[in-house]
Amino acid sequence: MNWSETFLAILKDNDVRLVSYVPDNVLTPLLKGVTSDNYFLSLCATREDEAIGAVTGAYMAGLRGAVMMQTSGFALIANALASLVLPYQIPAIMVISERGTMGEFNIGQSLVARTMRPTLDALGITHHTLADATTMRFVVDSSIKQAFSTQAPVALILSPLLTGGNPAAHAKLKV
Amino acid sequence: MSNERLTVKTLNRTALTKLLVQRLKADEAVIAGIGNANFDLFAAGHRPQNFYMLGSMGLACPIALGVALAQPERGVIALEGDGSILMGLGCLATIANMKPRNLTIVIWDNGIYQITGKQQTATGGVTDIVAVARGAGILASEWVRDEAHFERLLDRRFEDDGPILLAVKIDDTPGAGQTPRDPALIRSRFMKGLGTGRGAALEA
Repeated sequence: MNWSETFLAILKDNDVRLVSYVPDNVLTPLLKGVTSDNYFLSLCATREDEAIGAVTGAYMAGLRGAVMMQTSGFALIANALASLVLPYQIPAIMVISERGTMGEFNIGQSLVARTMRPTLDALGITHHTLADATTMRFVVDSSIKQAFSTQAPVALILSPLLTGGNPAAHAKLKV
Repeated sequence: MSNERLTVKTLNRTALTKLLVQRLKADEAVIAGIGNANFDLFAAGHRPQNFYMLGSMGLACPIALGVALAQPERGVIALEGDGSILMGLGCLATIANMKPRNLTIVIWDNGIYQITGKQQTATGGVTDIVAVARGAGILASEWVRDEAHFERLLDRRFEDDGPILLAVKIDDTPGAGQTPRDPALIRSRFMKGLGTGRGAALEA
C-alpha cells in the first residue's frame, strides 16, 4: 500500500467515517480514496472552520470524523480551535498537507506556513509531522486512539518528505 | 425576488424560541449560535438535546449539519443570528449540496449586531438572507410572515423534508437568559441527550 492507502486504512481501523475537507493537490489521493469508498462519508466544505464545525457536531452525535486541509486553511481555524474544539473537548483529527516548505513556489504559502506550528504550540495541540511511510502507521494509529481516549484534538502534518509535495510545484519552481 | 423581507411582521426571538421548543415532540437536537440565539434557547427551558455555543461565531449550521449526518433519523434544528450566518454563508451551499433531510435552519434577523452595540449588519442593509439561501441551493427557504405562519411552519416532522431555512424578522430585544459557561459540561450533557455519552456510570 502507498502512504495514502495506508492512511485511509488506519482511519477505517479507528471507525473514522466522516471526512470533511477543503481540497488540496497533495490531498488528492486521500480524497479520491474517500470519495470512491462507500465506507466514508465525504463532506466538501467551503472553509476549513466549517469543516471543523461539521466534524464537531458529528462527533457529539456518535460519528467520528477527520478534517483534511492544507497549511493555509489551517491558518483560518484558530478561533474554531480556541472557542469550540478545545473548550468543548472535541477529538478533532486534523490532517494538514504541508505547503510552504521544501520546494514552495508561492510566497504566500511559504509565509503562512510559518504560523502553523507556533499556532498549534500556542494552543497546546499535539502535532506530529509525518515524514516517512515506515513510522506513519504507528504515529497515525496511536494518535487517533489517543485523541478519542483523551477527548483532545491532534494535528497530523503531511510533510513533502512523505507525499512528494505539490506535484504542480516542480514546473513552477523553474526560474 | 419580491420585497417580502421588508413587509413581514417583526417578531420577538424569545417568544418564538419558546414556541419552537414547546412544539418539539421527538427529542430533536437544537444547536444555538453564540449570543442571543443560545441565551433564548436556554431561557426557553433546558433540555438534554440542546447545544449552546459560547464562541466560534458562524458555526451553528456546520455543527448542526454534522449532527444531522451522524443521526439521520433525528430532527436537527440550528438557531442562528443574521450576523453569525453572514460570517459563513458558504455553509449554506455545503448544506444544500449535502441535502440533509433532517435539518432545519432558523435565522433570527434583526439587521444588527445586537450584542456588540447594535451596529447594522448587511441584512439590515440590502442583503436578503432567504434569497442568499435559495441561491445557495436551499430551495425550501422562506420568510416567516407572522406568528401564525411560524406556528404552521413548525407543524411538521423535523426529521424529514429538509433542508429548510426559515428567516424571521425580529426586534432588537436582548436574549432573556444567560447560558452557564461550562463548555465541557454542555458537550457532555448534549451527548447524553443524543445517546452518545460515555460517562453513564458517573451520572448515578
